[in-house]
Amino acid sequence: MTRKEFAYFFLRNKKVIFAMCVLGFLTFLAVVGPYISPYKDPLAFVGLGYQPPSKQHWLGTNTFGQDIFTQLVHGLRTSLFVGLVGGSLATVIGLLIGFVAGYRGGWIDELLMMFTNILMVIPTLALLIIIAAYLPYRGIFIQSLIIGFTAWPWTARAVRAQALSLKTREFVDLARITARRPLKIIFGEIMPNMMSYVFMVFILQFGGAILAATGLDFIGLGPTRGMSLGIMLQQATLWNAIQLGMWWWAITPGAVITLIVATLYIMNTGLDEIFNPKLREM
Amino acid sequence: MSFLVVQNLTKEYPLGLLGKEKLKAVDDVSFEIERSKIVSLIGESGSGKTTIGKLVLRLLKPTSGRIVFDGKDVFSLRKEELRDYYRRVQGVFQDPFSSFNPIYKIDRVFDMVFEEFLPEVKASERKARIEQVLVSVGLNPSQILGKYPHQLSGGQLQRILIARILLLDVELLVADEIISMLDASTRVDVLNLLGDLKKRGMSVIFITHDLSLGYYISDEALIMYRGSIVEMGDTEKVFRNPVHPYTRMLLESVPEVGKKWDLRERFTPELIGGDSASCKYYDRCPIRERHCRTAHLQMVEVEENHKVLCLKAGA
Ligand SMILES: Nc1ncnc2c1ncn2[C@@H]1O[C@H](COP(=O)(O)OP(=O)(O)O)[C@@H](O)[C@H]1O
Ligand SMILES: [Mg+2]
Repeated sequence: MTRKEFAYFFLRNKKVIFAMCVLGFLTFLAVVGPYISPYKDPLAFVGLGYQPPSKQHWLGTNTFGQDIFTQLVHGLRTSLFVGLVGGSLATVIGLLIGFVAGYRGGWIDELLMMFTNILMVIPTLALLIIIAAYLPYRGIFIQSLIIGFTAWPWTARAVRAQALSLKTREFVDLARITARRPLKIIFGEIMPNMMSYVFMVFILQFGGAILAATGLDFIGLGPTRGMSLGIMLQQATLWNAIQLGMWWWAITPGAVITLIVATLYIMNTGLDEIFNPKLREM
Repeated sequence: MSFLVVQNLTKEYPLGLLGKEKLKAVDDVSFEIERSKIVSLIGESGSGKTTIGKLVLRLLKPTSGRIVFDGKDVFSLRKEELRDYYRRVQGVFQDPFSSFNPIYKIDRVFDMVFEEFLPEVKASERKARIEQVLVSVGLNPSQILGKYPHQLSGGQLQRILIARILLLDVELLVADEIISMLDASTRVDVLNLLGDLKKRGMSVIFITHDLSLGYYISDEALIMYRGSIVEMGDTEKVFRNPVHPYTRMLLESVPEVGKKWDLRERFTPELIGGDSASCKYYDRCPIRERHCRTAHLQMVEVEENHKVLCLKAGA
């Protein structure tokens, strides 16, 4: 598919357009939100506690009088950052290991897959807890790295399976008897067939990293400083926001996480239609 | 003068989980091909035809044996020598659908040929030559160019691949079941096209499971059974005077009117483990004798340019 055709189908797919709008809006909120919010510090006590949404506090305040909107936009920033860095890292590692294993085969494949499988059976959460607990200072960058370095195995296995099946397809043989150089075959014949898949894997990893970070934050292993959606969720639960009827505190962080993940899912199904020419024509 | 010499070619695949057992997809095969000759490779599904074709195209590494083209070992060719080899030796694969990269327009198979082999040809001339070769395989360029593979039929795709090799002055073509996807009317055209190319000096390894096609088109025939060539030689001689019991069995069903003379429905029984007889046809052979089990098998010449892999051939 040429770039022009891609753009054409991209701009015509309702699901993708919708998802892009939502993600665009969330990104905008994450970037600009902290500046349009009347309060600078998400941890500052800026008003009375238990306040429902109002003119002063757009999304109300929590038990201690911290502004929920301010916390939300800072948390969104953190989540998108973790998703981007952790998701990219997991995708790149998974792609590299999976591709080399599948394409080269032989003992390299066996070695890489042994490594992958070992990492796969170790419960990731346990690993994350151990690593996170040993770090005295945890920033969101470290958290992204931890997530990226533990989330790649399934991607590696999926990419390996793709590379294995693609390299035996006869169009690869046809390129070989056309005297194409091996690198040109990898990047001209095989990789482009995987790009759509890799793009979709990235989106899944992006959402996965956000959820993983939320999980860590929720059990108290989030960033030692700063704000994230997971920390908001953790505190809301800890201080019985639901029981106290503080819906603006209890629901908003979870709703935003759900919105991100659901939007990414819609994006994925839309992209599937774009990349798969058979689905496209229906 | 032979310009392709295949010597004791063997290709093994590991069988089973541990890979201790070996499947000999191609087993000690030797033959030669002369210029301007069509040689058909005839056998049931799984007898190793495609594997031989891919070995000749250097797409697989042999377990042992050699392929020599124009005096050079094909597997020692590097870089420019290899490019030169592919300028002269080309193939059309069995499955046209997977021969095209699904994300590109079919034009790409032509563009790549120009890029790699004929970079000096100008863009305007390229288009004219592509159209010309498409017409010569009976396709209408305006209905073909700019399309994606999934928008075309198997027969059209296969003819595009045949058109592709017409861009080059190929000396040897490996044609793997290229007729199977075509309908009756285009079959004749493609067969005639191969005939024309042969007259211009091209040789063809014509892989087929269709005995009548093999007979119709080829100068020489190689009959394969379980990775071995069991009978080979001048097509007339092999078909008129079959000596190997397997070839005889295949040809026996022929004279009956209306009976299809096609091996497509037949499958070579898999060679699993304990098959110890030195002759692979031993279990099915009507004329076997005890020493066929153990004796060393060798190709025997029954007449000029007609050889058989059978102990009882001379008798
Ligand atoms: N990559 C492979 N791995 C294992 N076995 C293979 C492979 N390719 C082919 N074979 C086996 O080798 C034998 C010959 O296959 P092939 O050359 O495709 O036969 P044909 O083209 O005559 O139908 C078959 O038994 C097939 O199962
Ligand atoms: Mg075959």
